[in-house]
Amino acid sequence: MSNADLRGNRPLSPHLQIYKPILTMVVSIVHRITGAALYFGTILLAWWLIAAAAGPEYFEFVNAIYGSIIGQLILFGFTWALVHHMLSGVRHLIWSLGKGFELKFAEWMARITIISSVSLTILLWIIGYLVR
Amino acid sequence: MVQLTLPRNSQVTEGKVWDKPAGATNLREYRIYRWNPDDGRNPRVDTYFVDTDDCGPMVLDGLIYIKNKVDPTLTFRRSCREGICGSCAMNIDGTNTLACTKGTDEVAGDVVKIYPLPHMPVVKDLIPDLTRFYAQHRSIEPWLKTTTPQPEKEWRQSHEDRQKLDGLYECILCACCSTSCPSYWWNGDRYLGPAILLQAYRWLIDSRDEATGERLDDLEDPFRLYRCHTIMNCTQACPKGLNPAKAIAEIKKMLVERRV
Repeated sequence: MSNADLRGNRPLSPHLQIYKPILTMVVSIVHRITGAALYFGTILLAWWLIAAAAGPEYFEFVNAIYGSIIGQLILFGFTWALVHHMLSGVRHLIWSLGKGFELKFAEWMARITIISSVSLTILLWIIGYLVR
Repeated sequence: MVQLTLPRNSQVTEGKVWDKPAGATNLREYRIYRWNPDDGRNPRVDTYFVDTDDCGPMVLDGLIYIKNKVDPTLTFRRSCREGICGSCAMNIDGTNTLACTKGTDEVAGDVVKIYPLPHMPVVKDLIPDLTRFYAQHRSIEPWLKTTTPQPEKEWRQSHEDRQKLDGLYECILCACCSTSCPSYWWNGDRYLGPAILLQAYRWLIDSRDEATGERLDDLEDPFRLYRCHTIMNCTQACPKGLNPAKAIAEIKKMLVERRV
Protein backbone atom coordinates (compact mmCIF):
# COMPACT_ATOMS: atom_id res chain seq x y z
CA MET A 1 0.00 0.00 0.00
CA SER A 2 3.01 2.32 -0.12
CA ASN A 3 1.88 3.67 -3.48
CA ALA A 4 -1.66 4.28 -2.29
CA ASP A 5 -3.10 7.42 -3.82
CA LEU A 6 -5.55 9.01 -1.41
CA ARG A 7 -6.29 11.89 -3.74
CA GLY A 8 -6.98 9.66 -6.73
CA ASN A 9 -10.37 9.15 -8.23
CA ARG A 10 -11.29 6.57 -5.65
CA PRO A 11 -14.90 6.45 -4.56
CA LEU A 12 -15.84 6.86 -0.91
CA SER A 13 -17.50 3.72 0.43
CA PRO A 14 -21.11 4.12 1.63
CA HIS A 15 -21.53 4.91 5.33
CA LEU A 16 -24.76 6.35 6.81
CA GLN A 17 -26.61 4.98 3.79
CA ILE A 18 -25.85 1.37 4.66
CA TYR A 19 -25.02 1.26 8.38
CA LYS A 20 -27.65 -0.49 10.45
CA PRO A 21 -29.14 1.91 13.02
CA ILE A 22 -27.99 0.69 16.43
CA LEU A 23 -29.89 1.79 19.53
CA THR A 24 -26.87 3.41 21.22
CA MET A 25 -26.00 5.20 17.98
CA VAL A 26 -29.56 6.46 17.50
CA VAL A 27 -29.71 7.85 21.04
CA SER A 28 -26.35 9.56 20.45
CA ILE A 29 -27.69 11.20 17.29
CA VAL A 30 -30.87 12.24 19.12
CA HIS A 31 -28.69 13.70 21.91
CA ARG A 32 -26.94 15.89 19.34
CA ILE A 33 -30.20 16.93 17.64
CA THR A 34 -31.97 17.76 20.92
CA GLY A 35 -28.88 19.68 22.02
CA ALA A 36 -29.14 21.82 18.89
CA ALA A 37 -32.91 22.18 19.38
CA LEU A 38 -32.31 23.59 22.86
CA TYR A 39 -30.69 26.68 21.33
CA PHE A 40 -33.94 27.29 19.48
CA GLY A 41 -35.98 26.54 22.62
CA THR A 42 -33.91 28.96 24.67
CA ILE A 43 -34.71 31.68 22.15
CA LEU A 44 -38.41 30.93 22.71
CA LEU A 45 -37.92 31.18 26.47
CA ALA A 46 -35.99 34.43 26.13
CA TRP A 47 -38.67 35.85 23.86
CA TRP A 48 -41.33 34.98 26.44
CA LEU A 49 -39.36 36.68 29.24
CA ILE A 50 -38.71 39.75 27.09
CA ALA A 51 -42.44 39.87 26.30
CA ALA A 52 -43.23 39.73 30.03
CA ALA A 53 -40.88 42.66 30.61
CA ALA A 54 -42.27 44.60 27.65
CA GLY A 55 -45.76 44.97 29.06
CA PRO A 56 -49.10 43.21 29.39
CA GLU A 57 -50.21 43.75 25.78
CA TYR A 58 -47.12 42.27 24.17
CA PHE A 59 -47.09 39.47 26.76
CA GLU A 60 -50.68 38.59 25.80
CA PHE A 61 -49.65 38.53 22.14
CA VAL A 62 -46.74 36.11 22.70
CA ASN A 63 -48.84 34.01 25.08
CA ALA A 64 -51.50 33.67 22.37
CA ILE A 65 -48.87 32.37 19.94
CA TYR A 66 -47.50 29.91 22.48
CA GLY A 67 -51.01 28.88 23.47
CA SER A 68 -52.10 28.03 19.93
CA ILE A 69 -52.12 24.43 18.77
CA ILE A 70 -48.90 24.81 16.78
CA GLY A 71 -47.31 26.80 19.59
CA GLN A 72 -48.14 24.10 22.11
CA LEU A 73 -46.79 21.42 19.79
CA ILE A 74 -43.50 23.30 19.51
CA LEU A 75 -43.38 23.80 23.28
CA PHE A 76 -44.12 20.09 23.76
CA GLY A 77 -41.18 19.31 21.48
CA PHE A 78 -39.01 21.75 23.44
CA THR A 79 -39.98 20.06 26.71
CA TRP A 80 -39.11 16.66 25.30
CA ALA A 81 -35.80 17.92 23.88
CA LEU A 82 -34.92 19.37 27.28
CA VAL A 83 -35.85 16.25 29.23
CA HIS A 84 -34.23 13.90 26.74
CA HIS A 85 -31.01 15.88 26.56
CA MET A 86 -30.83 16.01 30.35
CA LEU A 87 -31.43 12.28 30.85
CA SER A 88 -29.08 11.45 28.00
CA GLY A 89 -26.54 13.67 29.72
CA VAL A 90 -26.78 11.49 32.81
CA ARG A 91 -25.45 8.62 30.67
CA HIS A 92 -22.50 10.79 29.75
CA LEU A 93 -21.87 11.55 33.43
CA ILE A 94 -21.75 7.83 34.17
CA TRP A 95 -19.43 7.26 31.20
CA SER A 96 -17.19 10.11 32.34
CA LEU A 97 -16.58 8.11 35.51
CA GLY A 98 -15.35 5.28 33.29
CA LYS A 99 -18.38 3.14 34.08
CA GLY A 100 -21.31 1.76 32.10
CA PHE A 101 -19.45 0.57 29.01
CA GLU A 102 -20.70 -3.02 29.04
CA LEU A 103 -22.81 -3.36 25.89
CA LYS A 104 -25.89 -4.70 27.65
CA PHE A 105 -25.83 -1.91 30.22
CA ALA A 106 -25.19 0.79 27.61
CA GLU A 107 -28.15 -0.48 25.58
CA TRP A 108 -30.29 -0.57 28.69
CA MET A 109 -29.40 3.05 29.45
CA ALA A 110 -30.28 4.03 25.88
CA ARG A 111 -33.66 2.32 26.13
CA ILE A 112 -34.42 3.82 29.55
CA THR A 113 -33.45 7.28 28.28
CA ILE A 114 -35.98 7.13 25.45
CA ILE A 115 -38.79 5.60 27.51
CA SER A 116 -38.39 7.94 30.46
CA SER A 117 -37.90 11.08 28.38
CA VAL A 118 -41.17 10.47 26.54
CA SER A 119 -43.13 9.52 29.66
CA LEU A 120 -41.68 12.35 31.78
CA THR A 121 -42.58 14.86 29.08
CA ILE A 122 -46.17 13.60 28.89
CA LEU A 123 -46.36 13.63 32.70
CA LEU A 124 -45.06 17.21 32.85
CA TRP A 125 -47.71 18.32 30.38
CA ILE A 126 -50.48 16.54 32.23
CA ILE A 127 -49.40 18.29 35.44
CA GLY A 128 -49.17 21.54 33.50
CA TYR A 129 -52.73 21.22 32.26
CA LEU A 130 -54.00 20.21 35.72
CA VAL A 131 -52.54 23.21 37.53
CA ARG A 132 -53.59 25.69 34.85
CA MET B 1 -16.26 17.64 7.92
CA VAL B 2 -19.72 16.19 8.07
CA GLN B 3 -20.98 15.23 4.65
CA LEU B 4 -24.05 13.06 4.97
CA THR B 5 -24.32 12.18 1.29
CA LEU B 6 -21.84 10.45 -0.98
CA PRO B 7 -19.80 12.42 -3.51
CA ARG B 8 -20.97 12.11 -7.11
CA ASN B 9 -18.32 9.59 -8.16
CA SER B 10 -19.22 7.36 -5.20
CA GLN B 11 -22.96 7.03 -5.62
CA VAL B 12 -23.93 3.41 -5.94
CA THR B 13 -25.85 2.24 -8.99
CA GLU B 14 -27.75 -0.92 -9.83
CA GLY B 15 -25.41 -3.66 -11.01
CA LYS B 16 -25.60 -6.97 -12.77
CA VAL B 17 -27.64 -10.00 -11.69
CA TRP B 18 -25.44 -13.05 -12.17
CA ASP B 19 -26.83 -16.43 -13.25
CA LYS B 20 -27.94 -18.88 -10.60
CA PRO B 21 -25.70 -21.95 -10.31
CA ALA B 22 -27.17 -24.80 -12.37
CA GLY B 23 -28.82 -27.66 -10.53
CA ALA B 24 -28.76 -26.01 -7.10
CA THR B 25 -31.76 -26.48 -4.82
CA ASN B 26 -30.82 -24.25 -1.87
CA LEU B 27 -29.76 -20.76 -2.86
CA ARG B 28 -28.69 -17.72 -0.85
CA GLU B 29 -28.75 -14.31 -2.45
CA TYR B 30 -25.72 -12.02 -2.02
CA ARG B 31 -25.68 -8.35 -2.97
CA ILE B 32 -22.14 -7.11 -3.15
CA TYR B 33 -20.59 -3.69 -3.70
CA ARG B 34 -18.40 -3.59 -6.80
CA TRP B 35 -16.06 -0.92 -8.07
CA ASN B 36 -13.52 -1.36 -10.79
CA PRO B 37 -10.84 1.36 -11.03
CA ASP B 38 -10.31 0.56 -14.73
CA ASP B 39 -13.76 0.98 -16.25
CA GLY B 40 -14.41 4.60 -15.24
CA ARG B 41 -17.90 3.86 -13.95
CA ASN B 42 -19.56 4.48 -10.60
CA PRO B 43 -19.73 1.75 -7.96
CA ARG B 44 -22.59 -0.71 -8.36
CA VAL B 45 -24.21 -3.54 -6.42
CA ASP B 46 -24.11 -6.94 -8.12
CA THR B 47 -26.46 -9.78 -7.22
CA TYR B 48 -25.11 -13.32 -6.89
CA PHE B 49 -26.61 -16.65 -5.90
CA VAL B 50 -24.70 -19.15 -3.80
CA ASP B 51 -25.49 -22.86 -3.67
CA THR B 52 -25.57 -23.35 0.10
CA ASP B 53 -25.24 -27.15 -0.24
CA ASP B 54 -21.87 -26.62 -1.94
CA CYS B 55 -20.58 -23.89 0.38
CA GLY B 56 -19.24 -23.49 3.92
CA PRO B 57 -21.20 -21.78 6.70
CA MET B 58 -19.43 -18.41 6.87
CA VAL B 59 -19.91 -15.28 4.78
CA LEU B 60 -16.29 -15.62 3.67
CA ASP B 61 -17.13 -19.09 2.32
CA GLY B 62 -19.86 -17.48 0.25
CA LEU B 63 -17.45 -14.89 -1.12
CA ILE B 64 -14.91 -17.57 -2.00
CA TYR B 65 -17.67 -19.62 -3.66
CA ILE B 66 -18.60 -16.63 -5.81
CA LYS B 67 -14.98 -15.89 -6.73
CA ASN B 68 -14.26 -19.53 -7.60
CA LYS B 69 -17.46 -20.49 -9.36
CA VAL B 70 -19.34 -17.41 -10.52
CA ASP B 71 -17.21 -14.31 -10.94
CA PRO B 72 -13.42 -14.47 -10.60
CA THR B 73 -13.14 -10.67 -10.82
CA LEU B 74 -14.72 -10.19 -7.37
CA THR B 75 -11.95 -8.75 -5.21
CA PHE B 76 -11.60 -8.95 -1.44
CA ARG B 77 -8.88 -9.45 1.18
CA ARG B 78 -8.70 -12.66 3.15
CA SER B 79 -6.02 -14.72 4.76
CA CYS B 80 -6.36 -16.69 7.98
CA ARG B 81 -10.10 -17.53 7.76
CA GLU B 82 -10.22 -17.76 11.58
CA GLY B 83 -10.55 -14.22 12.87
CA ILE B 84 -6.94 -13.51 13.78
CA CYS B 85 -5.53 -11.63 10.78
CA GLY B 86 -8.26 -9.04 10.33
CA SER B 87 -7.98 -9.01 6.53
CA CYS B 88 -11.59 -9.76 5.67
CA ALA B 89 -13.10 -6.87 7.64
CA MET B 90 -16.11 -5.53 5.75
CA ASN B 91 -19.64 -4.29 6.24
CA ILE B 92 -22.01 -7.27 6.32
CA ASP B 93 -25.73 -6.84 6.90
CA GLY B 94 -25.17 -3.21 7.94
CA THR B 95 -22.50 -3.87 10.55
CA ASN B 96 -18.73 -4.02 10.33
CA THR B 97 -17.33 -7.45 11.08
CA LEU B 98 -15.02 -10.17 9.81
CA ALA B 99 -16.46 -12.22 6.95
CA CYS B 100 -14.66 -15.32 8.23
CA THR B 101 -16.29 -15.33 11.67
CA LYS B 102 -19.73 -14.14 10.56
CA GLY B 103 -22.05 -17.08 9.92
CA THR B 104 -24.52 -16.70 7.07
CA ASP B 105 -27.16 -17.95 9.52
CA GLU B 106 -26.50 -14.84 11.65
CA VAL B 107 -27.63 -12.63 8.77
CA ALA B 108 -31.35 -11.98 9.15
CA GLY B 109 -33.47 -11.99 6.01
CA ASP B 110 -32.85 -13.67 2.70
CA VAL B 111 -30.19 -11.38 1.29
CA VAL B 112 -26.60 -11.06 2.46
CA LYS B 113 -25.58 -7.45 1.77
CA ILE B 114 -21.87 -6.75 1.67
CA TYR B 115 -20.08 -3.40 1.39
CA PRO B 116 -16.49 -2.36 2.03
CA LEU B 117 -15.66 -0.78 5.40
CA PRO B 118 -17.65 2.48 5.51
CA HIS B 119 -16.41 5.97 4.59
CA MET B 120 -13.07 4.81 3.23
CA PRO B 121 -11.45 5.32 -0.17
CA VAL B 122 -12.05 2.15 -2.18
CA VAL B 123 -9.13 0.50 -3.99
CA LYS B 124 -11.35 -2.10 -5.67
CA ASP B 125 -14.61 -3.85 -4.77
CA LEU B 126 -14.44 -4.74 -1.05
CA ILE B 127 -10.90 -3.46 -0.52
CA PRO B 128 -10.58 -0.15 1.32
CA ASP B 129 -7.43 1.94 1.39
CA LEU B 130 -6.11 1.69 4.96
CA THR B 131 -3.02 3.86 4.45
CA ARG B 132 -4.20 6.61 6.78
CA PHE B 133 -5.30 4.09 9.40
CA TYR B 134 -1.82 2.57 9.48
CA ALA B 135 -0.18 6.00 9.52
CA GLN B 136 -2.30 6.92 12.54
CA HIS B 137 -1.22 3.71 14.25
CA ARG B 138 2.40 4.66 13.55
CA SER B 139 1.80 8.09 15.04
CA ILE B 140 1.09 6.76 18.55
CA GLU B 141 4.47 4.95 18.55
CA PRO B 142 3.10 1.51 19.40
CA TRP B 143 6.18 0.04 21.02
CA LEU B 144 7.73 -0.11 24.46
CA LYS B 145 9.51 3.14 25.31
CA THR B 146 11.88 3.18 28.27
CA THR B 147 14.60 5.34 29.79
CA THR B 148 16.01 2.97 32.40
CA PRO B 149 18.82 0.72 31.15
CA GLN B 150 17.78 -2.51 29.47
CA PRO B 151 17.58 -5.34 32.02
CA GLU B 152 19.82 -8.35 31.53
CA LYS B 153 16.99 -10.75 30.71
CA GLU B 154 13.56 -9.23 30.17
CA TRP B 155 11.27 -6.46 31.36
CA ARG B 156 9.48 -8.01 34.32
CA GLN B 157 5.80 -7.51 34.98
CA SER B 158 3.56 -8.64 37.83
CA HIS B 159 0.53 -10.79 37.15
CA GLU B 160 -1.74 -7.90 38.12
CA ASP B 161 -0.01 -5.51 35.76
CA ARG B 162 -0.11 -8.07 32.97
CA GLN B 163 -3.84 -8.50 33.48
CA LYS B 164 -4.35 -4.81 32.69
CA LEU B 165 -3.47 -5.63 29.08
CA ASP B 166 -6.28 -8.16 28.75
CA GLY B 167 -8.97 -6.87 26.45
CA LEU B 168 -6.38 -4.66 24.73
CA TYR B 169 -3.61 -6.84 23.35
CA GLU B 170 -6.15 -9.00 21.48
CA CYS B 171 -6.86 -6.20 19.00
CA ILE B 172 -6.02 -7.36 15.46
CA LEU B 173 -6.27 -3.89 13.86
CA CYS B 174 -8.97 -4.97 11.43
CA ALA B 175 -10.41 -1.41 11.46
CA CYS B 176 -13.99 -2.60 11.98
CA CYS B 177 -14.41 -0.25 14.96
CA SER B 178 -12.79 2.85 13.51
CA THR B 179 -14.79 2.66 10.29
CA SER B 180 -18.03 2.14 12.23
CA CYS B 181 -17.54 5.42 14.10
CA PRO B 182 -19.44 8.46 12.79
CA SER B 183 -16.86 10.73 14.42
CA TYR B 184 -14.15 8.94 12.45
CA TRP B 185 -16.26 9.28 9.32
CA TRP B 186 -16.53 13.05 9.68
CA ASN B 187 -13.12 13.78 11.22
CA GLY B 188 -10.94 10.82 10.27
CA ASP B 189 -8.18 13.14 9.10
CA ARG B 190 -7.64 14.49 12.61
CA TYR B 191 -9.41 12.11 15.00
CA LEU B 192 -7.39 8.95 15.68
CA GLY B 193 -10.45 6.68 15.93
CA PRO B 194 -11.27 3.85 18.35
CA ALA B 195 -8.78 1.23 17.15
CA ILE B 196 -5.76 3.50 17.40
CA LEU B 197 -6.91 4.97 20.73
CA LEU B 198 -7.35 1.46 22.15
CA GLN B 199 -3.77 0.77 21.04
CA ALA B 200 -2.66 4.04 22.62
CA TYR B 201 -4.25 2.98 25.90
CA ARG B 202 -2.58 -0.43 25.60
CA TRP B 203 0.80 1.35 25.87
CA LEU B 204 -0.35 3.91 28.44
CA ILE B 205 -1.43 1.20 30.85
CA ASP B 206 1.58 -1.04 30.30
CA SER B 207 3.55 -1.05 33.59
CA ARG B 208 6.84 -1.45 31.70
CA ASP B 209 6.38 1.62 29.52
CA GLU B 210 8.09 4.78 30.77
CA ALA B 211 6.71 7.33 28.32
CA THR B 212 3.22 7.66 29.79
CA GLY B 213 3.50 11.43 30.23
CA GLU B 214 4.59 12.14 26.66
CA ARG B 215 1.98 9.74 25.32
CA LEU B 216 -0.74 11.61 27.22
CA ASP B 217 0.64 14.95 26.01
CA ASP B 218 0.29 13.77 22.43
CA LEU B 219 -3.30 12.67 22.95
CA GLU B 220 -4.47 15.80 24.79
CA ASP B 221 -6.00 17.39 21.74
CA PRO B 222 -9.56 18.39 20.84
CA PHE B 223 -9.42 16.22 17.74
CA ARG B 224 -7.02 13.34 18.23
CA LEU B 225 -8.82 12.09 21.36
CA TYR B 226 -11.82 14.24 22.17
CA ARG B 227 -13.80 13.65 18.98
CA CYS B 228 -15.01 10.53 20.78
CA HIS B 229 -18.60 11.19 21.85
CA THR B 230 -19.26 7.70 23.21
CA ILE B 231 -21.51 6.70 20.32
CA MET B 232 -20.53 3.08 21.13
CA ASN B 233 -20.55 1.86 17.51
CA CYS B 234 -16.95 0.72 18.01
CA THR B 235 -17.77 -1.63 20.86
CA GLN B 236 -20.87 -2.83 19.04
CA ALA B 237 -18.81 -3.67 15.96
CA CYS B 238 -15.63 -5.23 17.40
CA PRO B 239 -15.50 -8.82 16.11
CA LYS B 240 -13.11 -9.72 18.94
CA GLY B 241 -15.52 -8.52 21.64
CA LEU B 242 -13.20 -5.75 22.85
CA ASN B 243 -14.34 -2.40 24.23
CA PRO B 244 -12.60 0.55 22.54
CA ALA B 245 -15.16 2.99 23.99
CA LYS B 246 -14.09 2.02 27.50
CA ALA B 247 -10.39 2.27 26.62
CA ILE B 248 -10.95 5.80 25.31
CA ALA B 249 -12.84 6.72 28.49
CA GLU B 250 -9.88 5.44 30.51
CA ILE B 251 -7.54 7.73 28.56
CA LYS B 252 -9.84 10.69 29.24
CA LYS B 253 -9.82 9.72 32.92
CA MET B 254 -6.00 9.54 33.00
CA LEU B 255 -5.85 13.05 31.54
CA VAL B 256 -8.16 14.38 34.26
CA GLU B 257 -6.42 12.48 37.04
CA ARG B 258 -2.96 13.80 36.24
CA ARG B 259 -4.27 17.34 36.65
CA VAL B 260 -5.75 16.91 40.13
